[in-house]
Amino acid sequence: MSTNNPFADGTDDIERKRQIGRVFVGICFASTLVGIVALVALLADVIYESWGWVTWEFLTYPPSQVVENFLPDGRGAGIYPAIVGSIFLIALTAVFTIFLGVGAAVYLEEYAADSQLKSFIEANIANLAGVPSIVYGLLGLAIFVRGIQLGSSLIAGALTLTLLILPIVIVSTQESLRSVPDSQRQAAYGVGATQWQVIRDVVLPRALPGIMTGTILSLSRAIGETAPILMVGAATSLFVSPDSLTAPFSAMPMMIFEWATLPEPEFQHVAAAGIVVLLTILLLMNAVAILIRNKYDPRS
Amino acid sequence: MSQADTTITTGGSSIDDRKNGFIKYVFFSCALVTVLTTLGIILVLIQGSIEFFQHVSIVEYLTGTNWSPVIQPYSYGVLPLVWGTLIITVGSALIAIPVGTATAIYLSEYAEPRVRKVIKPTLEILAGIPTIVYGFFALSFITPVIQFVFPQTGTFNAASGAIVVGIMIIPMVSSLSEDAMSSVPDELRNAAYGLGATKFEVSTNVVVPASLSGVVASYILALSRAIGETMAVTLAVGMTPQITANPLDSIQTMTAYMVQIGISDVSVDSIGYQSLFAVGLTLFILTLAMNMISLWVKSRYREEYQ
Repeated sequence: MSTNNPFADGTDDIERKRQIGRVFVGICFASTLVGIVALVALLADVIYESWGWVTWEFLTYPPSQVVENFLPDGRGAGIYPAIVGSIFLIALTAVFTIFLGVGAAVYLEEYAADSQLKSFIEANIANLAGVPSIVYGLLGLAIFVRGIQLGSSLIAGALTLTLLILPIVIVSTQESLRSVPDSQRQAAYGVGATQWQVIRDVVLPRALPGIMTGTILSLSRAIGETAPILMVGAATSLFVSPDSLTAPFSAMPMMIFEWATLPEPEFQHVAAAGIVVLLTILLLMNAVAILIRNKYDPRS
Repeated sequence: MSQADTTITTGGSSIDDRKNGFIKYVFFSCALVTVLTTLGIILVLIQGSIEFFQHVSIVEYLTGTNWSPVIQPYSYGVLPLVWGTLIITVGSALIAIPVGTATAIYLSEYAEPRVRKVIKPTLEILAGIPTIVYGFFALSFITPVIQFVFPQTGTFNAASGAIVVGIMIIPMVSSLSEDAMSSVPDELRNAAYGLGATKFEVSTNVVVPASLSGVVASYILALSRAIGETMAVTLAVGMTPQITANPLDSIQTMTAYMVQIGISDVSVDSIGYQSLFAVGLTLFILTLAMNMISLWVKSRYREEYQ
């Protein structure tokens, strides 16, 4: 019997085994703490470095080359054009992504049968989700900025970010559509609805909270992306906020990058202040997504 | 809802049929955008690379050990950039794989459900923080700590980049591995307990082997993320493309080089601009291969449990 049992080693030294077990739990628990401690250290570092630098002026003034202007008693300098740029950028991205993402997901879930075409498109989406964001930046640079001559504009940045988050939005939308029970579709067909009417009046309203949650979470990823808009040519020294689709733009992560690379040590505090603003906006977006999920979650 | 009721009952006419057909094509073209994106990426990268390789021999690119495409004397060997990426990837894996796996075992096997419900989302916050913030964290916290231990370390060093990318990909390893471990059925665990196994033996000899496909797939995905990671390494490791074994030296990764060209004013026809696409193609092929291996491992070695 004992030869067939991998766990009976003959010695039956249960005390020693228990000791190994305790050490093992200790190691696993300590590893879990590594991630938590890193998160706490990161947030504490950002808050410490930004302490006193996040002022009302910082939120409402354009940036400055002179670091003294950022100080509370300075002439006023901040991140305002980049905040507006980021909000415009994300609003545009939201419009494109909701249209394309929901459209693609509806096609895959409601129209495409389990065909080879569907599995090809889905495999393609899975691969796109793994492409580094800077490669999307190259795509945007070659197609949107140079190819169709949009230049380093707000709309070129938004289109690039749209392509970047499209795979995530499609997958999360597909999951929401799948969670709509088939009985509801059948009931609508039963009273004579066409497929489009079923989708418009039954499936989409029911899946809407899930779609919105997934889209907001993806947009909160897009708002923190630096590499793609950097390749597209987002500006770092812009003193006005963009006023048209083809205007040059700045964005919060781009400003943070600029400040973090400046040699004067005081600009580290300015960069940290920018990070606090960016993380606050991220936190708000996530909170909205979680609120929507909790409000409409069928399980709660 | 009354409007919805009336519109539903008007279905069935031939106009509606045509409308339905049209709408189907609208949705189909949305899905087509994703295919066009892939085609666009491949075409853009290949076209730019072809222009680059008209000026630079492909042998020099792949075997040269000196990378200086914008500063004279020009030199186009990509190996220093590949080496930089390799150091970051291996270094971050040395952190994220042990820590992430042990975290996953703790969460799946030992932690109370109440604790897991708090810790797992907390760790996932790490995955939601923008990478530029990690770059700042590397510069303002990790590098000073390294300099405290090794005073001769410069502002930019490979170790800082590897550590910060390692932290960044811990949640990828821990979350995906935990999912795989949690899906191992309790029957397997109970069978081992019945044979007299301790909890430690169940975790390491039963659960980990049974979930190995998902765990390995999470490793490969995390590595692929480390290869493509851009802003954190750009800020942390500097702009010195060189082949060095010293983690305290400044290096440059493929992605950081692309940022360097991206923020500089190189003209469109210059070799510096074209080199973006050659390096981008190299990066794309590497990450695509890793992602496909990850998918293949997952499907090939998947254990199906009822």
